Amino acid sequence: MNERLMDILISSFGEIFMQGIKITIPLTIISFTLGLILALFTAIVQVANIRILKSLARFYVWIIRGTPLIVQLFVIFYGLPSLGIILDAFPAAILVFSINTGAYASETIRAAIESVPKGQLEAGYCVGMSYVQTMRRIILPQALKTAFPPLSNSLIGLVKDTSLAASITITEMFQVSQRIAARTYETFALYCEVALIYLIFCTVLTKLQTICEKKLQIE
Amino acid sequence: MLEIKNVQKSFDDLKVLDGIDLTVEKKDVICILGPSGSGKTTLLRCMNYLTKADAGEMIFDGESFDMNHISKNDIARIRRKTAFVFQNYNLFRNKTALENVTEGLIIARKMPKKEAEEIGMKALTKVGMADRFNYYPHQLSGGQQQRVGIARAIATDPEVILFDEPTSALDPELIGEVLSVIKELAKDGMTMVIVTHEMNFARNVSTKVIFMDRGKIVEEGNPDDFFTSPKNERTQQFLNSFKNRMEG
Repeated sequence: MNERLMDILISSFGEIFMQGIKITIPLTIISFTLGLILALFTAIVQVANIRILKSLARFYVWIIRGTPLIVQLFVIFYGLPSLGIILDAFPAAILVFSINTGAYASETIRAAIESVPKGQLEAGYCVGMSYVQTMRRIILPQALKTAFPPLSNSLIGLVKDTSLAASITITEMFQVSQRIAARTYETFALYCEVALIYLIFCTVLTKLQTICEKKLQIE
Repeated sequence: MLEIKNVQKSFDDLKVLDGIDLTVEKKDVICILGPSGSGKTTLLRCMNYLTKADAGEMIFDGESFDMNHISKNDIARIRRKTAFVFQNYNLFRNKTALENVTEGLIIARKMPKKEAEEIGMKALTKVGMADRFNYYPHQLSGGQQQRVGIARAIATDPEVILFDEPTSALDPELIGEVLSVIKELAKDGMTMVIVTHEMNFARNVSTKVIFMDRGKIVEEGNPDDFFTSPKNERTQQFLNSFKNRMEG
């Protein structure tokens, strides 16, 4: 490997990594948190069988799961302005990623709630608790434990999906590496480097997941 | 104290309860016997509104309720005066033994935690589970779980406890410990309705035995008469099949 390439790789590593800390991580964490709240709500209205909200929830999940994420980004960022609604790139990305995560995670949470035996709810009723009380104190804690591994999966997926934000002008890690590659013509090395940085982030998350799962097991 | 009249329940075309009348007085221990599918469990669940009857009247402490058209509020009030012990225990899996017992007191009855824990420990002592108060259900044997289930039932100081085949899911060697706890309660004068297949237990503990078949009560009476000289032909068949099994 020649000296020039080494210099490019070393200086770009810091630049891309820092952009990850500044953009990719916040984008992931904010979107995932909002997405989870949305998912919990979407799952519960379906399990609790609340009529209109349930249909609405099904419709939402149907639309989001049935269309590509990158198309959703384009609709919100490039499409909405023609209707007079203009969003900055970062809020637009947060919006799309949260809604997208919400749809997928709601299915995970719904399945986890339904996997809790019906007897748990009945036992709650029999000691005098209401549906909401039993849901909050008994069913959801059990369901979230079940949902934890697949939700961690979604989180790791989202870290990588944020690279699509490059297509709506956000200078996250992938876009930075594209720019450096265009400037230096070292495409292969740069794209491998950014892949490696995504891998580092995801590896850290995987380790965290393992630790949390162990903690959940002990409880 | 508690009376139900003409209870009807069908699942699709299948008539599960066909005009059941039952009266429970204070300190009664009523055992409900009968073949599988005779409607015993459904009857018990209807009494606690875990299953909604198609028709029927309930008179509880002098107050009358339509068992099919009943408000959520009334159901909650009735449930607060009753307790239920499940065949498969249904302990809260994310709670310790003590938390299982106190949860209803703290959350549903808004009792201070300390007071609830005192009552909870008393209930666990009663069923011989005080030393395991900190164990989670999956760390306990079936018999131990069921004893915690009974502690959870008595902690709320119910007027009547409904037992749905409390020993049917247990290994044979664990049945005794659960039955002796229930016998203890009977001695204390607890009012109980027990669906069971344990004939000797029913004979020893009950004040009244009820035999159900195909959704109807076909015979009822005091345990001695019931077991020594059953009048109904179905009851005789049923009891004989048990005798034959015992004799192997």
